[in-house]
Amino acid sequence: MRVANIYNLGVKELRGLGRDKMLLALIVYAFTVAIYTAVTAMPETLNRAAIAIVDEDQSPVSSRITTAFYPPYFVVPKLIDQSEMDTRMDAGLDTFALDIPPNFQRDLLAGHSPAIQLNIDATRVSQAFTGGTYVQSIVSSEVNEFLARHRGATELPVDLAMRMRFNPQLNKGWFGALSNVVFSITMLSIVLTGAALIREREHGTIEHLLVMPVTPAEIMISKVLSMGLVVLAASAASIVFVVQGLLHVPIQGSVALFLFGAAVHLFATTSMGIFLATMAGSMPQFGLLLMLILLPLQVLSGGLTPRESMPQIVQDIMLAAPNTHFVILAQGVLFRGAGIDVVWPQILALFAIGSVLFVLSLRRFRDYLR
Amino acid sequence: MIAEAAGAATPSGAKPGGELVARLKNVGLSYGAVRALDGIDLDIPAGCMVGLIGPDGVGKSSLLSLVAGARVIQEGRVEVLGGDIADRRHRREAYSSIAYMPQGLGRNLYPTLSVFENIDFFGRLFGHSKEERKHRIDTLLARTGMSPFAPRPAGKLSGGMKQKTSLCCSLIHDPDLLILDEPTTGVDPLSRRQFWELIDDIRGEREGMSVIVATAYMEEAERFDWLVAMDDGKVLATGTPAELLAKTGTDNLDAAFVALLPEEKRSGHRQVVIPPRPDDAASDIAIGAQNVTVRFGNFTAVDKVSFEIPRGEIFGFLGSNGCGKTTTMKVLTGLLPASEGTAMLFGREVDTRDVEIRRRVGYMSQAFSLYSELTVRQNLELHARLFAMAPETIPGRIGEMVRRFDLAAVMESLPEALPLGIRQRLSLAVAMIHSPEILILDEPTSGVDPVARDAFWEILAELSRKDGVTIFVSTHFMNEAALCDRISLMHAGKVLVSDTPNGIIERKGAETLEEAFVAYLEEAIGDTGKPQPAADVPMEPEPEIVPEKTSDRAFFSFRRMFAYTQREALELRRDPIRASLAIIGSVLLMFVVSFGISMDVEDLSFAVLDHDDTTISRDYALQLAGSRYFIEKEPIRDYDDLDRRMASGKLSLAIEIPPGFGRDLSRGTNVQIGAWVDGAMPMRAETVRGYVQGVHQTWLMQKAREIYGDAATVGKFRLEVRYRYNPDVQSLVAIVPAIIPILLLMIPAMLAVLSVVREKELGSIVNFYVTPVTRTEFLLGKQLPYVALAMLNFVMLSFFAVYIFGVPFTGSFVAYTAAAILYVIFTTGMGLVISTFIESQIAAIFATALLTLIPAVQYSGLIDPVSSLRGFGAVIGNIYPTTYFVTISRGAFSKALEFGDLAPQFVPLLIAVPVLFGLGILLLKKQAS
Repeated sequence: MRVANIYNLGVKELRGLGRDKMLLALIVYAFTVAIYTAVTAMPETLNRAAIAIVDEDQSPVSSRITTAFYPPYFVVPKLIDQSEMDTRMDAGLDTFALDIPPNFQRDLLAGHSPAIQLNIDATRVSQAFTGGTYVQSIVSSEVNEFLARHRGATELPVDLAMRMRFNPQLNKGWFGALSNVVFSITMLSIVLTGAALIREREHGTIEHLLVMPVTPAEIMISKVLSMGLVVLAASAASIVFVVQGLLHVPIQGSVALFLFGAAVHLFATTSMGIFLATMAGSMPQFGLLLMLILLPLQVLSGGLTPRESMPQIVQDIMLAAPNTHFVILAQGVLFRGAGIDVVWPQILALFAIGSVLFVLSLRRFRDYLR
Repeated sequence: MIAEAAGAATPSGAKPGGELVARLKNVGLSYGAVRALDGIDLDIPAGCMVGLIGPDGVGKSSLLSLVAGARVIQEGRVEVLGGDIADRRHRREAYSSIAYMPQGLGRNLYPTLSVFENIDFFGRLFGHSKEERKHRIDTLLARTGMSPFAPRPAGKLSGGMKQKTSLCCSLIHDPDLLILDEPTTGVDPLSRRQFWELIDDIRGEREGMSVIVATAYMEEAERFDWLVAMDDGKVLATGTPAELLAKTGTDNLDAAFVALLPEEKRSGHRQVVIPPRPDDAASDIAIGAQNVTVRFGNFTAVDKVSFEIPRGEIFGFLGSNGCGKTTTMKVLTGLLPASEGTAMLFGREVDTRDVEIRRRVGYMSQAFSLYSELTVRQNLELHARLFAMAPETIPGRIGEMVRRFDLAAVMESLPEALPLGIRQRLSLAVAMIHSPEILILDEPTSGVDPVARDAFWEILAELSRKDGVTIFVSTHFMNEAALCDRISLMHAGKVLVSDTPNGIIERKGAETLEEAFVAYLEEAIGDTGKPQPAADVPMEPEPEIVPEKTSDRAFFSFRRMFAYTQREALELRRDPIRASLAIIGSVLLMFVVSFGISMDVEDLSFAVLDHDDTTISRDYALQLAGSRYFIEKEPIRDYDDLDRRMASGKLSLAIEIPPGFGRDLSRGTNVQIGAWVDGAMPMRAETVRGYVQGVHQTWLMQKAREIYGDAATVGKFRLEVRYRYNPDVQSLVAIVPAIIPILLLMIPAMLAVLSVVREKELGSIVNFYVTPVTRTEFLLGKQLPYVALAMLNFVMLSFFAVYIFGVPFTGSFVAYTAAAILYVIFTTGMGLVISTFIESQIAAIFATALLTLIPAVQYSGLIDPVSSLRGFGAVIGNIYPTTYFVTISRGAFSKALEFGDLAPQFVPLLIAVPVLFGLGILLLKKQAS
């Protein structure tokens, strides 16, 4: 294996990429506009959840409850009557509908344990859960405060001081930024290496390389390195200028360590790109395979929803995917300020996955060239 | 002096008839900085066979594409068939009278479609009825001798057969003007001869038909009625062949053309004479083959081929396309292993892994295979470096190559912008950059003009005789074959004869090498594949079939639209991997994603930093550990431990119980428990917060009851939570209906994008440019099969959702299906719109992934409801139709909604479909620019 060959082939790859202006524009888009949009779009925690209240009691306590819901967590509640409730929920206008029964206050003070009904549109799962807890705790605290003036101390003086570490406001945008950077890195590296290889084959240039004194390993390493470099540079620029500069997402840890992790991740994903290209016979097939791989990687890696909530088998299978480890690493480094002493297992895992993929791809690549 | 005649290039009295088929006035064309045509004034006579001759890159192809209406006119005026071709209405009329066969073997054919299907596609484009098509195709196939090959895929045909098929496609609509761009380049002599006989035949029957041909073969040009000699984007001279010969005082067109060139180009050209090989030449064998056999499955491409080529010899390889020449060459270069037999280079068996031997061999493949994205200089440098030449020698060697192959003017150009001939020179320069001892050249001069070809052979002669380079070359040009020391004729994988050119002529007792070659071929083929004589096959349609010339002028024709639908559907059928990936893939994705995404957060890890360590503090921790949401990890030792474990993400929650907690609690002093939640993942943090508060409250309540007794229960109320539509709050019920819209977006969009961009990249888009098919028909035709495929997907996904995932379907399936139809029209239309502004397949894949996956997953209400989005994301969410289909899908599945309830959601879909379609039509170009 000759380093000079890898270098020369790598430079060729970069020059080729430079010619495709549309592709360059898309790369820039993926790392700037797409990320900016994602971050600014994500609601901060529970945002503007739609709630309606049916107040059949019209008592001090019920109006106390009604006024306790206000933006940004909730929209100003719509006061509706019971007949409207179902149609509004069917049309998806309200996620929550609170029904305060007649004589609620009287029964409450009489110790009859009256019931407030909370209807939740459970098809909107994420709001249903977080919003549901919010509504419950708001209603409880309002009722309790109301009661506090009517009875003696029956509460224990224990406060629960909750602090959100790493992201005190629970700003979902931060999380969205990261999840998008990871997605862009993965998608780009697979597309660039894989599709470029298929193009070389469809245009017959790969054959030309093989009559020259270069080995398949050199060809493959040159692709992995050059495309990895492009994506790494783009993601570094994105983190520094877009995520930190424009969006002011505070980054706790070392960007350098994150980029090192990204480099190892790229080693795995670019190899995967080559692997997919050798599986697909033509560009349309590659496009479909890409979708089949990309969506699970995006959705199941823990970058979108927590890994803990996935079935155990999915969690286990996804351990084989580089994204899973990269998401853990990225969250650790960027948000929790984790150092190499904390994320070394992820780096090791990425490297192991990358090596396996690389060796497998190289083997397939050799056969593919035959 | 002769060049001046170009200004008044009016056909002289010798041309037949007096009408013009095309008239060009001051026509100019530039590709960026390159001037392809410059101030062309030309009157092309009707009803005759007009030849465009000249070297490559002088603008012949550009001129033809302008006349055919395939390219936008930049300067000047082009009148074709009595109207301005720049005028859209005239073009619409003219398309049905013009046939255009672009340069490149079978470039306008679809490789996976059979010969019959290809021609049938064209018939549909011209609006022929079924019987008419059948009749015409049968006639054409019979006349071209292609009938036996009708079911064969076009990609598996030899070059000659591809061109014949292409010709059939061009002739299907009885054009008045037939434009052929180098139709016989790269075709063997026998097929070439048959091709021209066919054209003569057809012209004999269709008297009025005009034919314009660009050709690099001067001997072909001699048979034409009228010639246009071109050079450097300008017309040099026009006239009948006899007139041109008379003007220049030469006896053949090759010489005449050279004489017509301006002085500075002519200089240096002379007849190639290769000195005979000296008798005492080296006799060691440089290239040897013994019984080399190559099989691909059942097909034997090369059958026991043997030969020996001594060092320094020029060895020619002749044969029709697809006879095994290229395969043999690939075996010798080590690209392909031989199934049997041995191939030797320098007395050593060829080993596909032997990198060292490659340094001594230069190979030039048949198809242009240099990097189109690198400039000429970069290509040369790359290859020099890859052959590990010493860096200091590289500039000198490149300079030498540039001089030898006259590349100085194009050093900074991209190969794609260069004409074929110059690209071939570049390929050869690249093959020779490392001064190899053996050159293996696969049809190196295909498409190269006579002057350049002569120059090329002079270089070969010098290499062979002076430097002792062994040259193994395949060619279709007989005058080139005659220059070789020895030649082999190959057919159907076998070598027919190997001898010196003169030896072969003598053996057959023929006049010329070409005759001898054709005789050998005919002997080998027998009678098969010969075209039927014209008399047996009437060309005119039978009386009962009325040609429908009117339908192809209609503004919208279902037949033309279905031509694309049918073609697309056939291609899908031929590519079962693509079709099954598309169908099974989406079901697979539904499984993966539906089971994967879950909003029920459980098994959260937490640990306690207990400064108090009393019964009551341990009780608090137990309360947490006892809930099903939390799993307790080993206790936290100190703050460092807490920081470290939280930073690593191992703890979602850390609880700190202060010293004296139990004591303070029993005294009724205020105490505070600290809870640290990992906020890196906000959604999880929210959930944790909710759970912890809940557990905390419950614990307080319990303790309060222990301490205060029943007094604590006064003021208690219940909050009854009803989860509607999804009583068990199963993620599956919420997720599956939302996943269906996303899957119906991504895969159909990807397929639709590639169906167009692929045609662009592989060249068959030209069929859209030069036939009467309209943009609407093209887009709709392409869209239909993918809409059908997507609907099939829809049915499968719904089936799996209900019967396998057990998601109850409570609403109206009819309404849901209606929405789905609208929606997949949108998604495929989305793909087509993306395809209109993208040229390369890579960019297309990337753009589709970017423009479908992200908006669909993030802004369409899959996880966060659209009403809660902000900023630009909210804008996207509100206009992206996926949002509305997600609502419809959830409504139809879980909320028992019917048409009436869903009506508002239909509106955006109904708007999106025509908007997108209009955009597609607006952006799609009907001509190359």
